[in-house]
Amino acid sequence: MDSFVQLWIYLSATPLFGLTATIATYVLAQAAYARLGQAPWANPVLWTVLVLALLLEATGTPYPTYFSGAQFIHFLLGPAVVALAWPMWQRRAELRRRALPLLLAALAGGAAASGSAVAIGWALGLPADVLASLAPKSVTAPVAMGIAAQLGGIPALAAVFAVLSGLVGAVSAKYLLDALRIAPPEVRGFALGTASHGIGAARAIQVNPDAGAYAGLALGLQVLLASLLMPLAARLF
Amino acid sequence: MDGLRGFAILLLCQSAGEALARLTHAPLPGPVIGLLLLWALLNVAALRAPVAAAANALLGHLSLLFVPVGVGVVAHLGLVERFGGRMLAAIVLSTWAGMAVAALVLRALLRERRAGSA
Repeated sequence: MDSFVQLWIYLSATPLFGLTATIATYVLAQAAYARLGQAPWANPVLWTVLVLALLLEATGTPYPTYFSGAQFIHFLLGPAVVALAWPMWQRRAELRRRALPLLLAALAGGAAASGSAVAIGWALGLPADVLASLAPKSVTAPVAMGIAAQLGGIPALAAVFAVLSGLVGAVSAKYLLDALRIAPPEVRGFALGTASHGIGAARAIQVNPDAGAYAGLALGLQVLLASLLMPLAARLF
Repeated sequence: MDGLRGFAILLLCQSAGEALARLTHAPLPGPVIGLLLLWALLNVAALRAPVAAAANALLGHLSLLFVPVGVGVVAHLGLVERFGGRMLAAIVLSTWAGMAVAALVLRALLRERRAGSA
């Protein structure tokens, strides 16, 4: 038993632990998701995160120890954003033709998400730094952190809000969009990417390739619009 | 081999994007500038097959890449606990508002186009 504990202490302190736990848990969650017919509530990100958080809690592993291994996966987010150019480029003629409607929808959706988050938070009496962290919540986490810092918010909190918005959207989009009777996959994907950035886009890619491409475009537009407009809008208030 | 070549192209675009973002103080993050650079590079036909291989492999598992940040969120739950329900209400409702508005506006505008061109 003693030697087992020592072995565990050794293994859990190396990057191997975080990397192995992340990929192995995700593979299992992905298999369960496929078995369950890709039901939105079975979202593999949601369940992998919950299982890993419980695992860290149960074994008393600090987050930085876990991240020393998980960072190799986290790093790939950058190249993945660059890679979104490919599905968008393949549909370039169609996107060019629809440039104006897409831009207006991104602007309206982004303003609605950000504005309503701040308004609801303000009405419920949240302090100013929390409101500033809520404003960029529909932008992908690393960018949201930078914008929140510019607005006087708390970057770590902004990342938390962005990830929660991603998960909420990925899990609930099917039901919400069905209730609104939105049928075209490209409109559904675009809405998911607008409100739930990469986590929403990941869900859209799995459901339909057109939805995935439009979700990627929506994510990119939110990054562009929020980075350019939010600091300006904040100056008006 | 195509996949690896494509991955090298993605990393080169990202690196150039990061460098440009730093040098010009552009309000855009490095990877997004990298995306725009890759879009331009795709005009070179020889690059398309390698980029497709790497992009499809990476984007096929996009959700995996969010797991480390997600676990970090759970590590920061103390922050969320402080304001608990109120924060959650703001996040859930605003996510639905953003999604609904984007979907309804885009559908309406695309329909109008179709009606206009018909």
